[in-house]
Amino acid sequence: MMPDLGKYAGTVLSAYGISLALLLGIVVLSVVQARRMRRRLDAAENRRLGAQEGKRG
Amino acid sequence: MSIWEYANPVKFIATSDKVLPWVAGLAALALAGGLIWGFFFTPEDYRQGSTVKIFYLHVPAAMMAINAWAMMLVASLIWIVRRHHVSALAAKAAAPVGVTFTLIALVTGAIWGQPMWGTWWAWDPRLTSFLILFLFYLGYMALWQAIENPDTAADLTAVLCLVGSVFAILSRYAVNFWNQGLHQGASLSMDAEENVADVFWYPALVAIVGFVLLFVALVLLRTQTEIRRRRLHTLEMRERMG
Repeated sequence: MMPDLGKYAGTVLSAYGISLALLLGIVVLSVVQARRMRRRLDAAENRRLGAQEGKRG
Repeated sequence: MSIWEYANPVKFIATSDKVLPWVAGLAALALAGGLIWGFFFTPEDYRQGSTVKIFYLHVPAAMMAINAWAMMLVASLIWIVRRHHVSALAAKAAAPVGVTFTLIALVTGAIWGQPMWGTWWAWDPRLTSFLILFLFYLGYMALWQAIENPDTAADLTAVLCLVGSVFAILSRYAVNFWNQGLHQGASLSMDAEENVADVFWYPALVAIVGFVLLFVALVLLRTQTEIRRRRLHTLEMRERMG
């Protein structure tokens, strides 16, 4: 299955390894930041709604 | 219906929420398809040997490094002219993705260059303008972080984006302008005579589609994050004042 990369095996594999790690890194970072920001905003919106209901009640 | 409807943050988030899973799924399919096809099922080049397999990463990453800056330029111009916050936030969201593609292009270029040119790096016009573009990306992101007022940050980063566009253009056309250096001209061309052989071209095309879709998916997701960050900032300011 693995192609014979000959004397350039290290070159090709390191290029793929580093690139895939960088791509995975930006995807994971973006997803983690998105989830964290969604949670923080939901908490802040809930605090705001709670404060508004407190004023009315 | 007008495109400017999406300048409304609520509308943008609602629409991008629907589109995002599809774009992300297609990006994963195209990226995996292009890279697996290129790595496992294409022949060696008669001169470059198996290093030609780096082509499927290097070329799409380099293309998207420049195109990401072009997208940031358009979004920045929209911010300057029409003052739509979503466009400024989309430009901000695209920068970390663009810098990742630029880094991939630089690193894979160096790794490929070592056995082919006998050096990791040369102060060649295209390589140098690409390095400057990378530094512009870092400067652009640092400027957003350095300025607390989001509108002022959007204004100043938009100007920086306009200036950096010179290097985005040079990164693409430096070989044609100076006609010197180690880096060859464009490998991909609409002219069948100049384009790479079909056996390399088709998997590269699939990988390019994958990179484009990945960029779109990440920018949509990160723009949503930036819109929420802005809203959170407003709510926290109100909490402090109230």
